[in-house]
Amino acid sequence: MDDALQLARTQFGLNIAFHIMFPTITIGLAWFLVYFRIKLMRSGDAAWGATYQMWTKVFALTFAMGVVSGITMSFQFGTNWPGYMKTVGNIAGPLLAYEVLTAFFLEATFLGVMLFGMKRVSARLHLTSTILVAAGTSLSAFWILALNSWMQTPTGHIMQDGVLIAGDWLEVIFNPSFPYRFTHMMLACGLTAAFVVSGLSAWRLLRAPKDTGALGTLRIGVLVAAVLAPLQIVVGDLHGLNTLKHQPAKIAAIEAIWKTEKGAPLVLFAIPNEKEQRNDYAIEIPKLASLILTHDIEGEIKGLEAFAPDTPAVKPLFFAFRIMVGIGTAMLLLAWAAVWCSRNKALPPRWLLWGLAGFTFSGWIATLSGWIVTEMGRQPWLVTGILRTADAVGPISEAAMGASLTAYAATYAAMLAAYMVVITHMAGKGAQAAKPLAEGMQAPGKIA
Amino acid sequence: MPLDLPLIFAVLMGVAMLAYVVLDGYDLGVGMLMPAASEEQQGYMVSSIGPFWDANETWLVLGIGLLLVAFPVAHGIVLGALYLPVVAMLIGLMLRGVAFEFRVKADGWHRELWNGMFWGGSFLASASQGFMLGRYITGFETGFGYVLFALLVAGGLCGGYVLLGATWLIMRTEGDLQKKSCAWARWGLGWVALGVALVSAATPLASDTMRHKWFDFPGTLPLLVLPLASIAAGIWVWRETGRIGNAASTARRDWAPFAGAVIIFVLAFAGLAYSLFPYVVMDRLTIWDAAAHPSSLKVVLAGAALVLPFIVIYTAFSYRVFRGKARAGLYD
Repeated sequence: MDDALQLARTQFGLNIAFHIMFPTITIGLAWFLVYFRIKLMRSGDAAWGATYQMWTKVFALTFAMGVVSGITMSFQFGTNWPGYMKTVGNIAGPLLAYEVLTAFFLEATFLGVMLFGMKRVSARLHLTSTILVAAGTSLSAFWILALNSWMQTPTGHIMQDGVLIAGDWLEVIFNPSFPYRFTHMMLACGLTAAFVVSGLSAWRLLRAPKDTGALGTLRIGVLVAAVLAPLQIVVGDLHGLNTLKHQPAKIAAIEAIWKTEKGAPLVLFAIPNEKEQRNDYAIEIPKLASLILTHDIEGEIKGLEAFAPDTPAVKPLFFAFRIMVGIGTAMLLLAWAAVWCSRNKALPPRWLLWGLAGFTFSGWIATLSGWIVTEMGRQPWLVTGILRTADAVGPISEAAMGASLTAYAATYAAMLAAYMVVITHMAGKGAQAAKPLAEGMQAPGKIA
Repeated sequence: MPLDLPLIFAVLMGVAMLAYVVLDGYDLGVGMLMPAASEEQQGYMVSSIGPFWDANETWLVLGIGLLLVAFPVAHGIVLGALYLPVVAMLIGLMLRGVAFEFRVKADGWHRELWNGMFWGGSFLASASQGFMLGRYITGFETGFGYVLFALLVAGGLCGGYVLLGATWLIMRTEGDLQKKSCAWARWGLGWVALGVALVSAATPLASDTMRHKWFDFPGTLPLLVLPLASIAAGIWVWRETGRIGNAASTARRDWAPFAGAVIIFVLAFAGLAYSLFPYVVMDRLTIWDAAAHPSSLKVVLAGAALVLPFIVIYTAFSYRVFRGKARAGLYD
């Protein structure tokens, strides 16, 4: 592949992968905060105040990481992919603009009130601000996933003088893969946040087993995870079937099916050999892929050969998909075990606490793997069937790209390390160490 | 009469950029002033901008977003030409944004480190923005003189942000810090004056288009309003800071220097808009050449017309909630 294209893809991949980690947490965590805030209002218990306060600080830090890495994204479209804006800008632009207008301002403004306004506004208004922040983060996911899904399965557009314009905006937004991808991502956000909450609470409990507040948040976290994990498996399966219908080459790459066959086996493990177009060291279950994907044991599945030469790289999709499924399964088992072991407010055994603490950021790995599958699986297209990635890349020199890539990579590595150390440290000290609330703010309805 | 959509979007984009420069300008300015303050004062400075900085930066995303939506071709040309300064600005904004959150949670040398990042990031972002502005208004011409010009603009804009930041602090703080801020404001004002003077002198040399626009009689005469009003606003800021700095004075208007600084920015922006119009890329691409398809402009305009009033209302609400003098701790 062309070096400049490779550099541009690497840099964009790095930026967007780094960025998405933080919204994935905040979109879910925001709704946890709403719950904590309501608990505080209802009970007037200072312990809920401390819990709310600590988790808003985790939220603020995560949100800041998301904001600053997100600003980078708004510049990248033009600098690195001018062909994208030129061809599909009339579709992508408005969707991005709606995200800024309806979501970004809402969340950023009310975040200020939520974080620093506890003593300045009424409890009701403060709860409203918390809800608006949560709504803003989810709304932002709505718009960006509408755009991403449109790039995967474009509908509702018209080609006019070499550029695309929208024919029907509802068809553009509610394109065939959007409902599945949006639900799948929202559940991923919920799961990621649930594991951050239970993982950090577990970390605190390992150091202070008597911290009832931490036990409370752990139980909420694992309960949410235990409910969302099986839902995610169902939605993920539906999403897969939707992909089979609209992007069959992606599925063929995920399953490493090279040749069209009836009664295709499910490849559990293999090392896909792109050169020879076969799988080395394969462990397979006969007929299972056909059964899962077509619900017919002798169903025909199109192999990669049917789509050549426009096929995605097999290895990254094959492995990323298996990592995602593997982590998802482990999350399910861990969450169910933790719900069982913490019933009746019992403290789970230490091995389980260590397991949860170790899984604090597991949602990141699963989510990023999922995005690798869906984005690399769209290649060589940037917009399926309309625009090739290679045709959208900009004229930035390799030296400039190299410099920017190095600068971003170094900054991101430092920021990520600092982030993980600081929130783990904060959680280790516990919620009570967070600044206590002012009196008067814990009772419902009082105006400061 | 059909709507002149490219013109409407040029105005919207201009307003978003102006809002960004004024709003993020004051918090970047406060960031740049951090090393000049004591540790206790730094707490007040940070808490004076805490509730606002996130939303302030969103105006940049809106401005760039509108450029992307309305003038996609220009977005590619402008940001492609400014590639490295854009990267520098983004890294600056990233460092200061996270340093802002991290420094509250850190102690000892860690806090010093994050303070340094906050200051350095603010400075890097401001200087890069000024540099980009300098490159942009000369149409990205190459050559030593043009780079020097961009560096001058960078210095001027940093001074401008310091002026905004210091006058913001005058409005939002009391006592010693307020007094110090008066001195900072005057210092910033000096840089602005120097920057504006140099830019005004260099502009006719840098661009033929601008020379004709500004120096062809008799069109020049009404244009004199802009520099004269700027000078008046500058004098006003100077005098008001003098009154506030003088403890004996009773006629104190803490808001006046900030208002004056905003007026200076609005005037400078008006001058800039006059210089550039109707180009979105100087001398190369007009707003009508670069505009996106009317169908997409219409759908964004409808959204903006519907949502922008709400944004203005809840932004005003947020400023009302956090009115008055800053308190010691961010979370107090």
